[in-house]
Amino acid sequence: MTTQLVNTDVLVIGGGLAGERCAIEAAAAGLDVLMLSLVPPRRSHSCAAQGGMQAALGNCVKAEGDNPSLHYLDTVKGSDWGADQEVARIFAEEAPVAVRELAHYGVPWTRVRAGKNSYFVKGERVDIDEQPENDGLIMHRDFGGTAKWRACYAGAGTGHAALYAVDSEVVRLGVTVRDRAEAVALIHEGGRCWGAVARCLRTGTHSAILAKATVIATGGHGRIYGQYTTNATINEGTGASIALATGVVPLGNMEAVQFHPTALSPSGILVTEGCRGDGGYLLDKNLHRFMVEAEPEKQELASRDVVSRHMAQRMRDGNGVETEYGPHLWLDVRHLGEDHLTTKLREVWEICRDFAGMNPADELIPVRPTQHYSMGGVRVNKDGQAYNMAGLFAVGESACWDMHGFNRLGGNSLAETIVSGRLVGRQVAKFAADAGLEVTASIAMREVRRAERHASAWLQRDGSGPGVYAIRDAMAETMIGKVGIFRTQDELAEAVTELEQLLAKCDQAVLKSKVPGMNPELSFALRLKGMLRLALITAMGALARTESRGAHFRTDYPLRDDAKWLNRTLVRWPDDADKPVFSYEPVGLLDLPPGHRGYGSDERIEMDQSIEDYNATIDGQQAEHGRLETEESAGSRIRWGEWGEQR
Amino acid sequence: MTPENNAKKRRLHFEIFRYNPEDPDSKPHMQSFEIDELPYMSLFMALNEIRETQDPSLQFDFACRSAICGSCGMMVNGRPALGCRTQTSDLPELIRLHPLPVFKLVGDLSVDTGTWFREMAENTEAWVHAKEAFDSDAQEERMDDELAQAIYDSDRCIECGCCIASCGVANVKSDFAGPAGLNRVARFAMDPRDTREDSDWFEVISNAQGVFGCIGMMACHDICPKELPLLEVYAYLRRKALSSLFAGNKDRDHAA
Repeated sequence: MTTQLVNTDVLVIGGGLAGERCAIEAAAAGLDVLMLSLVPPRRSHSCAAQGGMQAALGNCVKAEGDNPSLHYLDTVKGSDWGADQEVARIFAEEAPVAVRELAHYGVPWTRVRAGKNSYFVKGERVDIDEQPENDGLIMHRDFGGTAKWRACYAGAGTGHAALYAVDSEVVRLGVTVRDRAEAVALIHEGGRCWGAVARCLRTGTHSAILAKATVIATGGHGRIYGQYTTNATINEGTGASIALATGVVPLGNMEAVQFHPTALSPSGILVTEGCRGDGGYLLDKNLHRFMVEAEPEKQELASRDVVSRHMAQRMRDGNGVETEYGPHLWLDVRHLGEDHLTTKLREVWEICRDFAGMNPADELIPVRPTQHYSMGGVRVNKDGQAYNMAGLFAVGESACWDMHGFNRLGGNSLAETIVSGRLVGRQVAKFAADAGLEVTASIAMREVRRAERHASAWLQRDGSGPGVYAIRDAMAETMIGKVGIFRTQDELAEAVTELEQLLAKCDQAVLKSKVPGMNPELSFALRLKGMLRLALITAMGALARTESRGAHFRTDYPLRDDAKWLNRTLVRWPDDADKPVFSYEPVGLLDLPPGHRGYGSDERIEMDQSIEDYNATIDGQQAEHGRLETEESAGSRIRWGEWGEQR
Repeated sequence: MTPENNAKKRRLHFEIFRYNPEDPDSKPHMQSFEIDELPYMSLFMALNEIRETQDPSLQFDFACRSAICGSCGMMVNGRPALGCRTQTSDLPELIRLHPLPVFKLVGDLSVDTGTWFREMAENTEAWVHAKEAFDSDAQEERMDDELAQAIYDSDRCIECGCCIASCGVANVKSDFAGPAGLNRVARFAMDPRDTREDSDWFEVISNAQGVFGCIGMMACHDICPKELPLLEVYAYLRRKALSSLFAGNKDRDHAA
């Protein structure tokens, strides 16, 4: 990274599935695309997705009759009605095409084998004859919160296979990739984004990348929970942080944080939902299968928020297995047999062997719910454009598009990456093709100098201040202890206070290492303030939301409140303000009326207005909050009432 | 790894290669660190503890810490391995760590595998050379599940670079495609969606940069963290190279 100023048509920040799929769309349109990635793209955290990608192809017997309307229904129910229903509809309609396109790119999807197949369904072994006419089509497995078997998969390495296939297209199209590079600030002026300042993680030098369109695709920010996450060490929310730092772009629903039921204890490494989808059980310390009475209908395959809460409650009630690292429960897949475990769940088998020293064919897997997914992120409209900032887009986990609302279904995020990558990529390409690069080099260099000053301030600060890792650890303890699965007014208020104190401390923190080049302590320090801000707005959002919806569960407000809280949290952090500003917009046009999800609690506070009245205000209210105009009008993609035929 | 092994409290002695190319004062050297061993300690945990409590300038790469992203290949007591899944309880008290050879050094234990693998992908055109453009209205092309499984098995390479580092040829010949590169070739060669024929592959693999560059020591097969059957992959490619010479047939049989 020697040049300090580079021009491109499209800048994609993040080399995971969403960013790469978006880059493909822009590159295929003949645009010059430059991608920044913290790591070589194939090492992005998309590679760690295991069990599957949801798309209603309906190819096997247990998927018969599946269609996008059912997928849409499951997604909205899964979101606990927090999703934008039009986006959920667009997603469900496009997912089959996006998955088939991955087959075209080379993903070795597991295929239907005609004839007798043995499966486990709700604890029973069943033999099912797959039809000859479906032989060789893409196979499905069961996942939580779905009416049909819908998750398409490649063993238990679906994310890896998808990422490698998509990256091979990126290579074929000659997209320029700068790996070991981080976007540390957006270059913007007057509500228009013109690229980003990049910091090279080999040399520590900064440069400006000027772009007609800029895409944030940096994934989740699970590392605000420190080690208490399944996320990779690189999931520090750099994209959400730089969007927040613009002062005008809002983040959406940051308090919506998913805990995955089955992370390996104590390491926090993900063990796929596919284990339960394929017939695995959850057991407590007495080897009791508690999910059967907790959720008679869906059992282990209720949505993740519901299963995680039952598990956490089980451990609170003293039925967890106590260890020096805290309690855990058991995941039992022994009955699936070694053949199944070493093929369709091979990655799980390896993880158990390598990280827990056990064989899941013979032994129980120690698991506990662990932070896993950020439903919140950069708030964008249905075309993927950020609110209040022309030329800025966001896709994938870093975005709040918002098809997941307050709880994402397993397998829906992997599908979102490629569906939104395709669709938003098309919008990005259109936008960039029509735009000029009307920004002066002086603005770009001003931002580069600002970033350089920021880095050198860290290097110059001496004294007895706290270390950056101590602040990180304190943040993590606050987040897991007080902004976890069960939340209360008192604990959230304490969390806000503690995080505010940590933010203040961050300005006095001192580096122990002042070495030049890629100074790893400095690299982390430069992200710390952004992470603390993300943590703080998560806690503040959770404190403000006095209801329980999806993954956001308040023990002091246990009901979903559709009268007061059928809305999306938006938060901005204005320049020079010491506090963020919260506001709320409607979730979007309602097609499926709020109701019971089919699992979890059936008690709730009903809406106090008609759906027609609610819908009438949405366009205006969202525009007021900074939503930019979309190519098609609001509601154009909704298939009003079509879900009714599925009942 | 068993808790019994960890029950004996050990003091671990690390000797770690240090060199920061961006620091004019830095000279390559080995540096010693000592830490207490903890139960279930991996090199991921150990190196982070060293960096956070003893020397914050220490460079190394981890991302997923679950042996799937391939970031943390390093030489562990002279053998290439993934740091995240290496348990200290499987190692003696003296642990020597070096960066992987062959790849350009970024600093300390961190090497540039990204550039190497991107070049390899470009050189071998490691993407599906499709018959025609994607048809969004069409059902997916069918594939036998056995074949899908075989492609998946080969596709499981995580490009960690351990095989390249272990390869006697790759260490002295910079243009050798190496085990990971040739495995990638085999992965596309067995994929019926890829239109390249045996004669096309012949150009890529039947030379000293390709499969005939291998001198058969097969350390790659022994150290591959994903346990890819590289012995079979090489046999498959040699056979493919020869079959294209003598028969010119387009058989699509896949590696055993």
